Amino acid sequence: MTNNLYDWDAIAEHPKFMELKTLKNRFLFGWWLFSASFFFLLPLGVGFFPELYRVKVLGEINFCFAFSLLQFVVSWGIAIFYAHKANKDFDRLTNELIAELG
Amino acid sequence: MKRSLFISLLLLLSLAASALGADPAAVATKIQSNRVITITMFLVIIAITMGIVVWAARKTTSAADYYAAGGGITGLQNGWAIAGDYLSAATFLGITGLISLYGIDGFMYAVGPVVTFVTILLVIAEPCRNAGKYTMGDILSLRSTHPLVRGAAAFSTVVVCIFYLLAQMVGAGKLMQVLLEIPFRTSVVGVGLLIILYVGFGGMKATTWVQIIKAGLLMFCGIVMTLLILAKSGMNPLRFLSEVVSSVPIQEHVRAVLKHSQAEPGFDYGRRFLQPGLFLKNPIDQVSLGIAWILGAAGLPHILMRFFTVPNAKAARKSVIVAMFLIGFFFIMTTILGMGASLHLTPQLLKSVDKGGNMSSLLLAQFLGGGAGSFMGDLFLAFVCAVTFTTILAVVSGLVLASSAAIAHDVYVNIIKGGNAAPKEQVRVARITSLAVGLVAIVLKTKTSSTWWPSPSPLRLRAISPSSSCRSTGGASTQPASSAA
Repeated sequence: MTNNLYDWDAIAEHPKFMELKTLKNRFLFGWWLFSASFFFLLPLGVGFFPELYRVKVLGEINFCFAFSLLQFVVSWGIAIFYAHKANKDFDRLTNELIAELG
Repeated sequence: MKRSLFISLLLLLSLAASALGADPAAVATKIQSNRVITITMFLVIIAITMGIVVWAARKTTSAADYYAAGGGITGLQNGWAIAGDYLSAATFLGITGLISLYGIDGFMYAVGPVVTFVTILLVIAEPCRNAGKYTMGDILSLRSTHPLVRGAAAFSTVVVCIFYLLAQMVGAGKLMQVLLEIPFRTSVVGVGLLIILYVGFGGMKATTWVQIIKAGLLMFCGIVMTLLILAKSGMNPLRFLSEVVSSVPIQEHVRAVLKHSQAEPGFDYGRRFLQPGLFLKNPIDQVSLGIAWILGAAGLPHILMRFFTVPNAKAARKSVIVAMFLIGFFFIMTTILGMGASLHLTPQLLKSVDKGGNMSSLLLAQFLGGGAGSFMGDLFLAFVCAVTFTTILAVVSGLVLASSAAIAHDVYVNIIKGGNAAPKEQVRVARITSLAVGLVAIVLKTKTSSTWWPSPSPLRLRAISPSSSCRSTGGASTQPASSAA
């Protein structure tokens, strides 16, 4: 859409862009990997350590139940953390870069 | 002209409904709904959504309006609409049913659909918003301009949509067949025509608002039902769970699922209901399902398309977060709904109405309102049914829109016309394509009749699995359960 407005090659070589790219990639890949690994603890844990997942935590709530609920909380947490970080840092760096390019 | 279309449609529907007499041989193993209340409720919901379509049609003049609501949807609105797209009838009926029959395993099933939004947020949402215009083809073509790339993107979009579409239409047809006793084919044609009207005239704006309203209604139903169930246990979730564990019918049901012909001494069958492994027995199955969840939902065309409707990346992020909270909250409520259905209606009854437990939410609504035959019970059942029906209509509208965008925008405008098409022509082509996609879906579905199409998502498959023969008259309610369907 906005293909003709910018000199893409100049942007690609700009140190600020490279910095932003590294920062963003590290953050996104790292947290995605964490989220996926954490998620697989549920099916793998249930499959290979069924006794642990049957331990009662509170009333009739067992570890499996509590851990499933925790999955929701952790996913929400990652999402809010990312949105905060993106609104605060990534958007600011992008705007600075655009301003510098004129 | 639109008004007269609308009126004639209502007439057609009510005629179709009244032409079918009530079935006197009603048996206990199916839902007994009050036809007058149910039909009225359906018509009210259809009338409201049609009103939205007429309003949206007036405001749709350009291709950007048609495909992306002119980019004028806010993050909050889009979040509700994504939740609407995602909370299909399969989640409301299917997950609740799964929990009502297999306890915690059903809830574990619901974890993936929420975690997948982390993938959508981190990897998909913003690039979509920033690089795309109306379709996935736009995003890919930004870097690779070869027409084949766009063609492949369009093809994959249409294929995913068609599979999904047929499964959803079967769900809608089944629902109408069960509740209103309208023959399956008539239902499919009726549903198909409604969707063509929704999408053909209203475009993305209408689809979005239908989704938002429907998500709101579904959340409302979920909250009311959850509160009514908890009220029966003194508003104490822990007491509710211990009631579930000590319920004799649930214990008997678990024993049947485990295929223990005799109760093993010392084995706590009630507590077993809250322990994993009743449904998903093999860890490999679980891992495979997990991979499908983590990556699969991020590729659904009608979800991707939602990110083209917001004005900037910040709004795209906000919409994912709003959707995640709504969906997660809803899934947590389905635990109470599913277990509540099991506790108050017994798994044996739920199973006798539908082997997969897919009618649990509906039966529960009727029970909470005061039971079959009571006015409030029938009213609540009708309301929940109508909301479920709108859910299917809305999801299918999103799918038709996504596939017609791939055909009209990617294939016609960009590949055939080389990107040179007047705005008016673009909208016209998009509308014609929606009509064609809807017709193809109707024809495929009526031709294949009751053949059940494989669905890309096991979740969708569950809700409308071949086992959901709601009209089955099997009487033996304590028959041993076949292993997980």
